[in-house]
This record gives sequence, structure tokens and C-alpha cells, in this order.
Amino acid sequence: MATPGGTNRASHSLDKSITLPPDEIFRNLENAKRFAIDIGGSLTKLAYYSTVQHKVAKVRSFDHTAKAGVQQEADGEPLYEISVQEEITARLHFIKFENTYIETCLDFIKDHLVNTETKVIKATGGGAYKFKDLIEKKLKLKVDKEDEMSCLIKGCNFVLKNIPHEAFVYAKHADSEFRFQNTRPDIFPYLLVNIGSGVSIVKVESEDKFERIGGSSIGGGTFWGLGALLTKTKRFDELLQLASKGQHTNVDMLVKDIYGGAYGSLGLTGDLIASSFGKSATADKEFSQEDMAKSLLHMISNDIGQLACLYARLHNLNRVYFGGFFIRGHPVTMHTITYSINFFTKGEVQALFLRHEGYLGAIGAFLKGAEEDNPNQYSWGENYAGSSGLMSVSPDLNPMQRARSGTFDMLEMDRLERQLVNLPLLQDPSSYIPDTVDLTEDALAREYWLYCFEEALDGVVKRAVASQKDQPEAAERAEKFRQKYRHKLQTLRHQPFAYGSLTVRSLLDTREHCLNEFNFPDPYSKIKQRENDMALKYYQKVVRSLEELSWEQRQFALVRGILAGNVFDWGAKAVSDVLESDPEFGFEQAKQQLQERPWLVDAYNQWVERLKGPPHKCALFFVDNSGMDIILGVFPFVRELLLRGTEVVLASNSGPALNDVTNSELQIVTERIAAMDPVIQTAVKEERLILVQSGSSSPCLDLSRLDKVLATVVRERGTDLVIIEGMGRAIHTNYYAMLSCESLKLAVIKNSWLAERLGGKIFSVVFKYEVPSKAQGLH
Amino acid sequence: MELNGYHCAGEGCAEAEDEDTAGPELLLPAGGEPPCSSAAAGSGEKAMADGPAHRERRISNSTPARQRLDSLKKSRPPFPWFGMDIGGTLVKLVYFEPKDITAEEEQEEVESLKSIRHYLTSHTAYGKTGIRDVHLELPDLILWGRKGSLHFIRFPTQELPAFLQMGRDKHFSSLHTTLCATGGGAYKFEADFRTMADLQLLKLDELDCLIKGVLYIDSVVARGPPECYYYENPTHPENCQQKAYNLENPYPLLLVNIGSGVSILAVYSKDNYKRVTGTSLGGGTFLGLCCLLTGCSTFEEALEMASRGESTRVDKLVRDIYGGDYERFGLPGWAVASSFGNMMCKEKRDSVSKEDLARATLVTITNNIGSITRMCALNENIERVVFVGNFLRVNTLSMKLLAYALDYWSKGQLKALFLRHEGYFGAVGALLELLNSS
Repeated sequence: MATPGGTNRASHSLDKSITLPPDEIFRNLENAKRFAIDIGGSLTKLAYYSTVQHKVAKVRSFDHTAKAGVQQEADGEPLYEISVQEEITARLHFIKFENTYIETCLDFIKDHLVNTETKVIKATGGGAYKFKDLIEKKLKLKVDKEDEMSCLIKGCNFVLKNIPHEAFVYAKHADSEFRFQNTRPDIFPYLLVNIGSGVSIVKVESEDKFERIGGSSIGGGTFWGLGALLTKTKRFDELLQLASKGQHTNVDMLVKDIYGGAYGSLGLTGDLIASSFGKSATADKEFSQEDMAKSLLHMISNDIGQLACLYARLHNLNRVYFGGFFIRGHPVTMHTITYSINFFTKGEVQALFLRHEGYLGAIGAFLKGAEEDNPNQYSWGENYAGSSGLMSVSPDLNPMQRARSGTFDMLEMDRLERQLVNLPLLQDPSSYIPDTVDLTEDALAREYWLYCFEEALDGVVKRAVASQKDQPEAAERAEKFRQKYRHKLQTLRHQPFAYGSLTVRSLLDTREHCLNEFNFPDPYSKIKQRENDMALKYYQKVVRSLEELSWEQRQFALVRGILAGNVFDWGAKAVSDVLESDPEFGFEQAKQQLQERPWLVDAYNQWVERLKGPPHKCALFFVDNSGMDIILGVFPFVRELLLRGTEVVLASNSGPALNDVTNSELQIVTERIAAMDPVIQTAVKEERLILVQSGSSSPCLDLSRLDKVLATVVRERGTDLVIIEGMGRAIHTNYYAMLSCESLKLAVIKNSWLAERLGGKIFSVVFKYEVPSKAQGLH
Repeated sequence: MELNGYHCAGEGCAEAEDEDTAGPELLLPAGGEPPCSSAAAGSGEKAMADGPAHRERRISNSTPARQRLDSLKKSRPPFPWFGMDIGGTLVKLVYFEPKDITAEEEQEEVESLKSIRHYLTSHTAYGKTGIRDVHLELPDLILWGRKGSLHFIRFPTQELPAFLQMGRDKHFSSLHTTLCATGGGAYKFEADFRTMADLQLLKLDELDCLIKGVLYIDSVVARGPPECYYYENPTHPENCQQKAYNLENPYPLLLVNIGSGVSILAVYSKDNYKRVTGTSLGGGTFLGLCCLLTGCSTFEEALEMASRGESTRVDKLVRDIYGGDYERFGLPGWAVASSFGNMMCKEKRDSVSKEDLARATLVTITNNIGSITRMCALNENIERVVFVGNFLRVNTLSMKLLAYALDYWSKGQLKALFLRHEGYFGAVGALLELLNSS
């Protein structure tokens, strides 16, 4: 992340000498439209909307009508065909760079801009006026100025709604400095304290309703201006650096300087500042620049914190976000503001910061210009491949990163096909945390998983190339993917907080984003196809053998079947090694790998007892892998539920991730099974078995971001049982998720490190059956 | 009983009744030992004849009052009567000089006591930095049945060792009096008082003393300039003038004490108050920053510079950013958007004067206190705000600014009140505790 430097240098001499790495920064310019620009005191933020052509793997059922009634496929003929198609998706690009580069950047944009529909550029920020003529001349676009504050608020609402882990609490001395907050179902009301040269305090009550309730003239400009007078240091970030090395107690008069100790009856500790600069009220003493800068920093931070608290209290608000150039990514100021808020509210209010705070104005200005595209009607997702992530700009913290990050910072957001909402069955949406382990806080686990993902990288690259044997440049692309993902892993090793809380899920998602970036939309498509084919052949045999069992035996066999099927997971290294080396490894072998009862987590008895009772009304089943898992494990289990009179909703991924079955694949698989199995066929026909998309393309599951249609179905059907299957969905995520109805979480631990952590061995079984304490959940 | 009392003989009343001529200019640092003033001798006698004295006499005739006076006599502490407030920057000392000393008392008065009384009342400046605020003196005061004058003296806290040395030289400890002290220094220097001057301090709570002092002084000032006042038409500088305010029924009130730092108290009754908050941006910050920015060394110097400076050259105003008012948010163009904001720019740094910087510092600190005060008043639902503390001493600029800011930003809801004895209430409160000390 670039840092706000001296305005003088930045705004007066335009540096044209740099050459930009063309496609790396202003990506997709050829499809760009709807520009917006936010020019601050030292940084420019450019925003535009582009359409991105993506390769996607599509599956299409062959025409089977000719073979109607024939239940067994002819040997060697695959179940469905896979084609790679171009798909167009929308993406938002935000680029931040120093004002120095503005002319170069405008030239670059002009040269690469193809779209001629674009006539205006929305502009905001103090510099918008200054650069108006330059922009109009260079880009031949009309500059349309937007109010700074309303852009800021619009941008803030947008990131709070769409970016998980956008907001964080800063804790300098904690194991992880950044403690990210979950996306809340309702972001309003909140207080935004924008610390630019002065301070504005804005109360935001809804999308359209906000009010500047107050402010202060003592802000970033006071720190900078007074700091420059006191220390002869001219640049803002140098002043901060100076301050971080100083001792304010040499300049400030503390309570103990007056009292000799604490002022006990008022609860004022001796170290508290009684009078800022109180010791410098003398003509005959010299003070160090560092000490004065530190004292000034404390004075201003405390003052802003105090006013923010007074306003928060008056308006009864407890969510207070801080932004503006004074804060922007500076650990020093985030710390002093946090300290001040803690002090003045006795910990009742937490100071919150935003990962993309620097972009708010640009995002807001963009949104104002893009209203006809209805950006607020969609859900958006941060693209980890195309975004720079949060960098620490503190040189003490990470000198290397500071040098490396250069001057360009990017944020890309993909428009999601589906609007995402909470699962209505979450017990408490506002406290729901999908991820089981926060790797930002758990250093040991972080170490392990980063290593794990790096180890697996060769295999993923190989798989990617193999999935596109017909394309000669695939190897080159795969290599680029490797570099990009490895670089991300390296960044995360140093700055685990770069994209919010680091989790196994975010590592997996980042890998998917990077694969997509280099046009490997679905490296496992062929494997999935082959495995689905294979498993279908055994379906009837498996069903028949189950039917021969007694009820008790059958219930156990069904559960074991799901667990055995779940062993087939290309995401797990232990399994993919076996699958690569032993193509004969089958369903029966998998069963033998399973841990015998009692399992690591074993609620099987309670589950069977429950099954002896009345049937569930409707079960929502989040499925996992293709092949054996879905066909020989899940379907027989679903069949049993249907026979009991329970309706079943099968939720599968909207897009590909590893060998997880996608919604379109599942449709074909279901058709094929229906053709063989009258129970399934009838259920499909009668809509007692329905398929829905999860809205996700991740091997993990975030129950707070699910397809709106799914949520509607769940509500309408009175779902009273949720089944979550697999490591990604039931262990890495949702292990502790509390639902308002009965739930089953089942998985086989296919990773010895994780198994050990949970107190078991590899292929340990987790069978968690939970009934909410408040019987009969709320719908 | 009155072993330590005075025997009055005219000469003891030598302190100046020159209240009317003692403008702020007299309060500038004294270069050395000023000549003692005896010109106004006798005017005290005249004063003794009016007002409060008559009342006292009337009271003495009624029997219950007689008894009260007797019991008061018994519990009345021995002279001298002092109250002290040892702050971060200044020590405030109030001294009650009895003027009804009988000849008998005078004779019995021990030498050290006489010497202290003479020293304090015959000077208006002590050493290089000690000042007696003659214009604040309250003559003809009846305290615990004695009539006399209340004197107000201050000196820098850093001179405290010299003060203790003097106490030692004048054998203060032989008087067996209790020294009532408040402020942080009462704690910090307690041991010094003991070891250097053999004096035992009675340490008193700062805020208790402050409130007692305010209420007491307001209740005893019956004539002369009003104790409590406000600025009429604060938003119209040309019509803005001081007006007396009757603080008879003051509750609830917000009491803002601006010393080196700032404490804000919400007072609901004589004994019911709380400290709402405070800020470290106070008088000490103004002076500290001014010293660093301009090279000055005293409060008076800093204020004098500020009076000649122009803060708008240093601060960035709303109109500097928006060309005029920022109407959308109701911000007038003249409002400061960023204190010292112009100083981000080198050319402007080079073009401002020290006076401008002093003025900007004063305006920044004052406005900030106003802003925090206003928020506290809103949160506590209090409309009356009394500002005290030595930051306001000879600082009309800040007082008018506070009056303006409170009135403007509260749309006339809040009233800023000021007290003439601005910095001395803690010391007065401490003095009042003397009665309970025996």
C-alpha cells in the first residue's frame, strides 16, 4: 500500500518517467466503462467497471432419449459431456496510486480505452477540482463532481455489506494485531469518524440516511502542520515514524508529575497525561523531535477518541469506524486511537477500522455513476487473486513488504451470479463465524497449513495442465498460476491479515481465484466425470445390498456409506496420493480405511434413536464430492430419508471447486439415478427431492453467504434437519455453527495433523448430531 | 482561646484597597520586590463600618446566635488561616487576614505570626514570580466570626522549594497550625513539607474544594464587581459585553476547571457532583506549545503575542477548502476545518509570524475545550456552564471565544459563565476545611 507522502512533492511535479507494468495494474481496460476517480491530498484512487471473459467448464447431458429404458450405459460412453465456454462476468476494479503518477496513468488509460460509450467520469476528493482540466483533456471525459462525504458513506456501506472481514479491531500487543469482525446482517446504524486534515463525525442510519453530527478541527492536518513546525520534518509518514520512536513523558505533564503518583479517588493512574506539552512550558529546555512528535500524536489521537466517544454516547451508537488519511493503514495511529477509545469508554466501544478504507470515496463515486447497473442489487465478492490485500505500512513491522508493495494497490470485486443471504436456520446470525480455526491467531496451525498448501502446489499445477491437455499454452499458464499463488502464500506468511482472517477456507478460495485467473476454471472436471460414471455403475448394486439389511443394520450401513464416499476427496493429500497411484481403490477399500466405532465424535446412537421417532419434515443436505461420495454415499441415504417421508433439498456448489460436485453436474447425476431408481424418480417428479445451488464456489461453506433461492426454499419447506458433509464444510468450517434445528455434521478426517489436533488419527470419523436446546427451532 | 489572634492597630491594615486601579497590567510579572503600598491605609476602617459588619452585630445580640458564636469561638482554628491549592503549574494560596484584632490579641501575637502577616499583606509581589492578585481581594469578610480580608496569592509550582524555605525561615511550624492543601502537589510534596519546613499538610480532595470554593465565594461577594458574569451577545463582537449573572440557584451546572489540564464536573447539588471527563489539552498545552513555537516563556507573554496574531493564517478554514460555507453540513466558511492545517504547506509555514502561531494555539485549545464542554453538557443535559481555572486569567480572548462557541454551536441553548476569582476556588475550598480540621 502506498503511503500518503508530502503533498508538495506529489502534486506539483508530475512524474512521467515511470513505466507501468501494463496489464498488471489497469486490468481489463479494453472492457472498461463507468470510471470514477477520487483524488486525495497525495493518493489517487481510480475505479471502473469491466466485464471479464471467463472460461467456464459446462456440463451437458447427452441425449439419452434414444436409449430410453436402457438402464445401463454402454461401456466407455461418458455420462455427460464437458465443454469449456466463455462466460462474461462483471468485475469492479479499484486502483490506488500516488498523485505523482496521475498523468502517466491517464495517458495509459486513454491509450487502452476502447469503449466509447463512456462520456463522464465521476470525481470526488479534494484534488478532483485541481486535476479536473487534466482529466478532461486527457481522457476526453466530462468530469462530474460528487460530494465527498456522500461518496465516502456509500463506499463504506458497500464494503461493509459485501466484504467479509472488512472491519477489524486493532490490538498492537496481541498475537494477531488485526481482529476481524464478521459481516453483520444489519450494518446500520454506525458512526464513521473520518480523520482527514480535520475530523468529521458522521452518523449513518441507512443506505440513504446519514448526518454529519459533529467534528473537530484537531485532526490529521493539525498533526502534520504542528508536527512540521515543531520538528522540521515535512512528510506525514516521517512524522509518524518520528513519533513511534519518541517518549511523550518527557514533554507531557503526567498525573504523577502533579500528584507524585496516581489520583486514586478519581481512578486516574499516574501515567495518564494531565497536560499535553505541559513540561515544555519553559524557555530553557530542549526537547527531542521524537518526543515532541509522540506527544503531539497522543494529544491528537486522545482528543479525537474522546470526541468520538462523546458523540457515540450522545447518539447511543456502539459501532464506530475510523478512517481518513490519519488512520489509513498506519499501525501507530490505529493503536493510539484504539487506546483512546478504550480509555474513554472503559472498553464499552471498540474502535473499528476498515481494510479498504482508502477506497471508500472511489467506490462511492463509482456507485453513484453506476446506478443504472444496480450494483446494490447484487452480491459482490473480493477477488483474492486480483487484490493486493492489506499491507502493513509500518517500516518497523515489515520493511521488506513496504519496499515491495511499490506504489500501486489494487482491489477487485467480482459480481456474484446470485444474491447471497444468511441461512435462515442460523441460531444467531450476528455471532456466526464460519471458520473453525483462525489461522491469524493460531500461529502453529498457520505454519502447518501454509506449508501444506505450498506442498500441494506442484500437484495442483500438474492437475491443471492435465485438465487442458489439448491446449499447448496450458503449461505456461499453469506456471503463472504457480507463481501467483506461491506469492500469495508468501505474502500471507508475513501478513496473515492481508485478506481478513486467514483460514483454511481463505487459502482454498484464494487458490480457486488464482486458478480462475489463469483460465483453469475446473481442473477436476474430467476426473469428476470419470468418477461419476464409475459410481453410477454401482448405484443399483449398493441400493440392493442395503435393502437386504435389517432396519438397524441399514441405518448404520447408510451412515458408513456416506463416510466411505467422503474418503474420495482430491482435496486431501493423503487421499489424492492413493487415488493417483491406485486407480482400483474403490468404495469397499474406502470403507476399510474408516475408523471403527466409537468414532472420534460419535453421536450415532442418538441419531438412530431419533430415526425411530417421527420423520423430519424436510432435510437440507450440503453435499461434498463427486463420484462415490454423492452417488454411493449420499443418494442411498437421501433415498432412505425420502422413504421415511422426509423431503430433501440437495445443496451443491454453484461453481467448481476441487472435485466437489457442482449443481449442474448434480442435475445430470440425479437424472441418471432417477432413470434407474423409481424412488428417486418419483421424488423428483413430486418435488420431494429438489436441487438448489449454494451460491458458493468454495470447498468450504459460509452459511452467512448463501443463495437467496436456497434461503427461500429452506423457509418455505419448513426445513428441520440440516446435514453438512465433508472436511471443508463440516470441520474447517461450521464445526461450531449453531443451528436452530437438528443438524448432522459428518466427515472423515483425511489429514493426520488435523486428526491429531482433534485427538484422533487419520481417517477418524466425526459424526456430530445436534439438537438445539430450544426444541423445535424457529423458522 | 485567641492566643494566636491579632491585636489590631491600624498599621496592620496596610494592604491596598486599590482594587479599582489594579487592572491586569499590574499583574504582569514583577521584576523584583515592589514597594509596599500603604497609601490606602485607613480605607479599610471605613469599609469595616458597612454591610457585613452590621449584620454580624445584629446576629450577636440574639441568644441562639450568641451561642453559635461561642461554639464557633471554641472550634475556631488558631491563626494563621491559609488554604492552598498546589497545581501542576501554579500554587494558589488564599490567606485570611483578620482585621478585627484587639489590642490584647496584638500583644499576645507571636512574632512569627506577625511577620508572616506583615510579609504577605505589605507586598503585592513575592520573589520574582509570586504575585498577590490585589484586585481579587475580598475585604470585610466575616469568616468564623472574625472579620478581615481574604487575599489571593499565586506562584509557580516550581518555586515551591523556595516557599518552603521561607516557611522554615519564618518558623511557620512553631505556629502549630494546620496547613490545608489540595491539588496534586498536596500529595506530591507532602513529604517535602514535612522534611523541609516541618509542616504537616491536611490533604483535601481537589474537586470537593473546588466546588466548595465556588459556592462560598459566590455567596460572600456582595458588592464590587459581580463574581459571576457572562458575555451578552457573544456572537456579535461589537455588542459583546460582560453582564452580571446571579448564581443563586446554580444547579445543575457544569463546572469546567481549566488549569494545566482540564476537568469537567457535573454538579447537581452542594454535595452531589461527579467528574464527567477531562482533557489533557489545557492551559499547560497552550503555554507548552507556545514556548516551543515562539520561544516565549510566560503565560502573559504568550497571551500578549496571541492578542497581536491572526490565527486564520495558520488554520485552514472551511472556506479555504470549499470556497465558502459547506452548506450541506451547515458549516460556515469561517469555521476552522483544520487547526494548523495551513502549516502542512511549506510556503505558509514560512510566512506566518510567532504572534499568528500563538493566536492559533490559543484558539485551538480554547475551541477544543468548548467543543468537549458542549458535548458533555448535551450528554449530561445541563445548560449552565461555569468556566474557572487560571487559563482564563487575563484571558478575555478565550472567554469570549468560549462564550461564542457555546452559544453558536448550541444555537443559544448553552450559557458560558465565568467567575472573577477564576483560579482560586480550590484554595478557598481548602481554607474552608480548616474549621473541620481541629
